[in-house]
Amino acid sequence: MLNKQGRPTGNEAAANAGNTGFQSYTGAKGLDQPELLIYEIGNTNHTGVDLPEVEDFETRLGGLERDQEIGLAGLSEPEAMRHYTRLSRKNYAIDMGLYPLGSCTMKHNPRLNEKVARFAGLSDIHPLQPISTVQGALDVIDTLAHWLKTLTGMPAVTMSPKAGAHGELCGLMAIRAALAAKGDERSIVLTPESAHGTNPATAALCGYKVKAIPATTEGRVDLEAMKEALGPDVAAIMVTNPNTCGLFEREILEMADAVHAVGGYFYCDGANFNAIVGKVRPGDLGVDAMHINLHKTFSTPHGGGGPGAGPVVLSEALAPFAPIPYVLAGDDAFDIVEHDVEGGQSFGRMTAFHGQMGMFTRALAYMMSHGSDGLARVAEDSVLNANYVLASLKDVMSASFDGPCMHEALFDDRFLKDTGVSTLDFAKAMIDEGYHPMTMYFPLVVHGAMLIEPTESESKQSVDQFIGMMRHLVKAAKDGELERFSGAPYNAPLKRLDETAAARDPILRWQAPE
Amino acid sequence: MRYLPLSSDDRQAMLHKIGAENINELFIDVPDNALLKGLIDLPKHMTEMEVEQNFQAYSAASVPAGNVPFFVGAGAYRHHVPASVDYQIQRGEFLTAYTPYQPEISQGTLQALFEFQSQVAQITGMEVANASMYDGSTACGEAALMACRVTRKKRIVISGNLHPQYIDVVKTMTKFTDNIVVVDDPTVNKSENLLDQIDESTACVIVQNPDFFGNLTDFTALADQLHQRKILLVVVTTEIVALGAIKSPGEMGADIVVGEGQSIGNGLNFGGPYVGLFATRQQYIRQMPGRICGQTTDADGKRGFVLTLSTREQHIRREKATSNICTNAGLCTLAFTIHMTLLGEKGYRHLAKLNHSNAVKMADKLKALDGVELLNDTFFNEFTVRLNKNAAQVVEQLVELDIIAGLPVSRLYPHNDDLKNDLIIAVTETTSEDDMDMMISELKEVLSC
Repeated sequence: MLNKQGRPTGNEAAANAGNTGFQSYTGAKGLDQPELLIYEIGNTNHTGVDLPEVEDFETRLGGLERDQEIGLAGLSEPEAMRHYTRLSRKNYAIDMGLYPLGSCTMKHNPRLNEKVARFAGLSDIHPLQPISTVQGALDVIDTLAHWLKTLTGMPAVTMSPKAGAHGELCGLMAIRAALAAKGDERSIVLTPESAHGTNPATAALCGYKVKAIPATTEGRVDLEAMKEALGPDVAAIMVTNPNTCGLFEREILEMADAVHAVGGYFYCDGANFNAIVGKVRPGDLGVDAMHINLHKTFSTPHGGGGPGAGPVVLSEALAPFAPIPYVLAGDDAFDIVEHDVEGGQSFGRMTAFHGQMGMFTRALAYMMSHGSDGLARVAEDSVLNANYVLASLKDVMSASFDGPCMHEALFDDRFLKDTGVSTLDFAKAMIDEGYHPMTMYFPLVVHGAMLIEPTESESKQSVDQFIGMMRHLVKAAKDGELERFSGAPYNAPLKRLDETAAARDPILRWQAPE
Repeated sequence: MRYLPLSSDDRQAMLHKIGAENINELFIDVPDNALLKGLIDLPKHMTEMEVEQNFQAYSAASVPAGNVPFFVGAGAYRHHVPASVDYQIQRGEFLTAYTPYQPEISQGTLQALFEFQSQVAQITGMEVANASMYDGSTACGEAALMACRVTRKKRIVISGNLHPQYIDVVKTMTKFTDNIVVVDDPTVNKSENLLDQIDESTACVIVQNPDFFGNLTDFTALADQLHQRKILLVVVTTEIVALGAIKSPGEMGADIVVGEGQSIGNGLNFGGPYVGLFATRQQYIRQMPGRICGQTTDADGKRGFVLTLSTREQHIRREKATSNICTNAGLCTLAFTIHMTLLGEKGYRHLAKLNHSNAVKMADKLKALDGVELLNDTFFNEFTVRLNKNAAQVVEQLVELDIIAGLPVSRLYPHNDDLKNDLIIAVTETTSEDDMDMMISELKEVLSC
């Protein structure tokens, strides 16, 4: 029906248009606009910066002038803004919705933290400018160190590791150095089967052989198997607690005692600290070293894959072996120690300069905002949200282990048996529903793992919507709506991508057409 | 608490659904004596305004580089970053996204990474680049280990003019492997004969260009000689703007190029987060550490991007991985690639020229002073001067006059008496003629009394 001006009076026309299967001429789907590469938009003559002219001068490049064209494409500022804005809209993000990636702790990133990290006295300072001119920055590092030590109940912390895996390396090196100082050369590190891949990779980088410890049917480290594997050649155990099945290791104290009894150390992977922050101190669990992912528990943004920060708390026994540099609080000023003292036992230096200052400011702002009361609440709400998901889905999905869980709920693919739908298909169908999938196929100890971590940032309404969506999908899978899953996603900017082809014949950069 | 959406009613309803009486029932698996009964001894929560005021106080207790004539470089450089870079990286879609493991809803991050890798490969003159490492120093350590894997040899030879903290990082990363690290002595203004240090067990030679003291070197001949003996040349660049003016390491025959990318798109940030650049030859990609983005197609045949070659990585290969790296420098690579896109070939080269011309101007002014000897024949935007006095003391005196004069080499080489009067001075496009003149007149004063 049309009105007098020739406009349709209802939604009939629009509804019909949706069913005709029209493809747009541009490849766009409304607000989802296709975007070319910078090399296909700009060229070597475009630029988006104005710089002062350079007067003629005699160069001192010693005849090493770069005379070949580099081939860098430039864009003017409006072109660049549009390019990156269009690209940004092809990303899922915490700001857009629940991001249930288990073991990744995708919580809200407060913008206050972004603001304070940009204050000139904290951002526009050079790591090697005179120490008297960076007292405020050293105060931030010292204060953050105090919070980390207090929250973990550990006597020492080293701040320079750049991410979780870098922290693991730092912790294991401290352990190896401590053993070496006693003339005790050991060759084995024990990790549970459910460990993050970084644990065995780190142990190998530190020169250790890795031995895997099986999990019990309850999803926890098999203490008896661990005790059997322990011996005078074991340098350390690396245990994640809460573990990657989302469970607290009930026998953690026994594990710590057992490794200490054979002269080894207890490295705790602190990736899941969010579940217990303010409620449990790892120092009370017999831990000798633990890294803390500031980009997980303390909300510094994941940024599409970093930057992170991985300070490591250390026991009294390991502290002397910590890497340089470290901040010293004097009576009236802070100092930063950049060289090992005479007769010192530091194992070396993890990185140039002093660590991820930009992440320190953000993490400290987050901690101060919450305080001791708020941080305990963070742990409680994250655990509550995860258990609520578990309780609300376990009747239709297959929970791998009995609850209660900690901050993440683990399911496996038994509920999809005989449906023809895999964990991967299920995850891709979640994309069509407007959600980022959970962590899939990890941990390796259950089949077709689905690890869901809602975090404390989600409201009850948000978690309820997620649960509702999951129940719809489970029903669809069980009802045999195969197509909904096998071809998913249908509504994302792209359909499923061919990862096999990408690895078989790698194209890793743009090349000018022949 | 402003960041926590659950109300007490919500909590009650959720506990009811779970079948728990109170929240601590969910912590039942924690050993009883380890579950804290009260709050940890730290301050209680603060309002947004209070937190901000705290940080204003921290900030006020440091001296921003932008407030004074400023000449420190040595691996981190103060450049002007266009406002649009910081705006874009704060878009929630980039800032609050995870590593792009689900490519269908991560094309923004992935395409930007593909563009980043293309730019890094072009700038370094190499065939391929990865999606970044933590920073230049750790990238350097990874390069050494990669060279050992590629050549199946164990000895790593390092130029004495590599940034001393980079040397320390390589030594630390190989401390518990069976590699052997040999380091030459620093030589501010003499050429180094690295060929004397190599033998049949040598996997690689690591050099820096421009080097720690600012000197430029053509490594083409060295590369040829190393290749004849199946040894890899690793070239480090801590000031990536330099490659807008000087011949790339790839053109000189480098096998692996690592660099610190902080100068482009990223601020000083007291040393981090920065962005490690890593580039190599196509034939070595399966030995390269870190994440790599590659081009592919979707089910409809449309171009798209994914993380690829992940069988090198820890989450698949575990203890046999090429590295343990997981999280890298995602958002810093985005800042780098946006800034580089704004510059383009024209802007990048112009920026490099501007840096060099300012540095030449400053070097000439310093050279004219009594008590100052310019040690470099060649340099880009950084050079070393030998003063007639202890450089660290001179820097301290100039700080009192609100001038941050450069890096006394002794800060990084405290036990090398030959270097105690040496000062490394960096000059960028942000250094004004007034900054230079203030420094010159005060330095003249300090050196003459």
